Amino acid sequence: MSLQLGWPDYMVIRDENRCIKCEVCSKQCANEVHLLDNDLDKMMADESKCVNCHRCVALCPTRALKIKVNDLEFKPNANWTSSAIKEIYKQASTGGVLLSGMGNTRDYPVYWDKMLINASQVTNPSIDPLREPMETNVILGRKPEKLEFDDSGNLKTKMPPQVKLDVPVMFSAMSFGSISRNAHEALARAATDLNIMYNTGEGGLAKEFYQYGENTIVQIASGRFGVHPEYLNAGAMLEIKIGQGAKPGIGGHLPGEKVGEAVSKARMIPQGSDAISPAPHHDIYSIEDLRQLIYSLKEATNYTKPVSVKIAAVHNAPAIASGIARAGADIIAIDGFRGGTGAAPSRVRDNVGIPIELALAAVDQRLREESIRNDVSLVVGGSIRNSADIVKAIALGADACYIASSALIAVGCHMCQNCYTGKCNWGIATQRDDLVKRLNPDVAHERLVNLITAWKHEIEELLGGMGINAIESLRGNRLMLRGIGLNQKELDILGIQHAGE
Amino acid sequence: MKKVYADENWCLGCGLCDVHCRTIHSETNDIVKAHNFEQPRPVSRLHIETGEKVNFALQCRHCDDPKCVEACITGAMQKDPETGLVTNDTERCVGCWTCVLACPFGAIVRDEGAKKVAAKCDLCVQSGEPECVKHCPNNALVYEDREGE
Repeated sequence: MSLQLGWPDYMVIRDENRCIKCEVCSKQCANEVHLLDNDLDKMMADESKCVNCHRCVALCPTRALKIKVNDLEFKPNANWTSSAIKEIYKQASTGGVLLSGMGNTRDYPVYWDKMLINASQVTNPSIDPLREPMETNVILGRKPEKLEFDDSGNLKTKMPPQVKLDVPVMFSAMSFGSISRNAHEALARAATDLNIMYNTGEGGLAKEFYQYGENTIVQIASGRFGVHPEYLNAGAMLEIKIGQGAKPGIGGHLPGEKVGEAVSKARMIPQGSDAISPAPHHDIYSIEDLRQLIYSLKEATNYTKPVSVKIAAVHNAPAIASGIARAGADIIAIDGFRGGTGAAPSRVRDNVGIPIELALAAVDQRLREESIRNDVSLVVGGSIRNSADIVKAIALGADACYIASSALIAVGCHMCQNCYTGKCNWGIATQRDDLVKRLNPDVAHERLVNLITAWKHEIEELLGGMGINAIESLRGNRLMLRGIGLNQKELDILGIQHAGE
Repeated sequence: MKKVYADENWCLGCGLCDVHCRTIHSETNDIVKAHNFEQPRPVSRLHIETGEKVNFALQCRHCDDPKCVEACITGAMQKDPETGLVTNDTERCVGCWTCVLACPFGAIVRDEGAKKVAAKCDLCVQSGEPECVKHCPNNALVYEDREGE
């Protein structure tokens, strides 16, 4: 049967007066939307295949192309929206779970945008970061309760394992497999140049990347892909992944077609086999079990590297975080419900988890109340979009932020959310050789360095404006934040006052 | 001398170098007019080799010992002793294609538009940086002096 109840999501608008039939669009579209019709001597388009990734738009030398959301409409209905109806059509024809890439797209409140930052006027002078020293570096890991020095002033206290970042930003977990080799290289090199960290995700680590070890977080997730003693010792920090903001409570699935030779080696699985990460770690069913894994990893790395535990922001995150701190973790990473992913069931992505802003405030508060805040560092992610989000996160109590979507956008991602198809036209979320080479790591690495350098400048400006000269002095300084358009309950959870108060 | 080098690791075979080469070597220097209206149609001076795995753009190597200059029957093809640039004087060129045969890289193309002449890369001396390099979206073409290497 050929009856299609829906219609293409996008329209390809081509300005015929500008099109020169150079076929750059057709050569660049992995979805095979564009085609030169020799009989008509015209470029044609099959918009049903278009995912709105803008590769053709960006490369068209005459700017002849525009992709627009298809304006064909159902009868207006505030309840049965166009997407609600189309999703039913799709599921009724396939019988499958709806899949999506990248983060939650729904119109939930973005609390970052409902918080405003303070600035100094008259009574405490603001600081000009271009003229005065400004510290943006942070240290992650357990902080000793007190420091002891011998008579000559040398430190006697044995310091716990820590990592130092020049900027309170890290590239969060994206596995080799979910992203391309070139994207992985760009992140590794940028982290090294910026003296921050990047994260292997669950994809293991190819030997060629061991050289970036000082700036590598090696992740251990439920599938345990690519985990071996050398891997654990290759990075400067370890991370146990319990959950991910985009899909709390469920595991991961890298389809076999993405498991080529290199991915298979890094993950230590046969070529072409599906890499399935179970929803839970099958050896972790309690905080005590988690403690065993944390200490197994510490043993394996001779207590030289901090261990992070990453969870998705869920309803009882504060209690879980308390347990993680007591289980011996050095760092707790929390991933909010807007966090990205290479693939997640749309229903989970759009309906499960809580905003990172609320989770962060609640976790920080809980750890303070229990006097264990200094035992761990807090790292938050899940749609950190700019330097102001970072400043707000730190004022709410975070030690550093994880970014991934922002990093991918910096290297070309256009948020088309089709990562799971493996046909990323930008060479990011793909393992197809012809597409991978579209991301030149020299270019991508430079763009990442530029982005974080720009953010560092902005963080310094915002700090200076508040009359603060070190990021350490902003941490948990919620007096520097005011809410705008928030109700009392939200203000209470965030631990901030309303603007005007 | 500075030359255009292709890195096949990053060449996508997208064809933008070809488009911009044709434009800069057109009468109007306008991308739409050059491709859609100009008659005769301007000729691009580079070849794009495309394959399953490897693509690269090839243009005149401006050889130290240019076979095309040696082969030229009219003296139209000359190597500038100062700059090293190999150029074809279209006034003197008679379109015999001996240079096309002699070039070991196949980098000389036939321009059979207005007057039959050999056409080749002139490194876009008129615009400073070669247009193919300027418009490459993936840094697969670079313009640099590697002769000291």
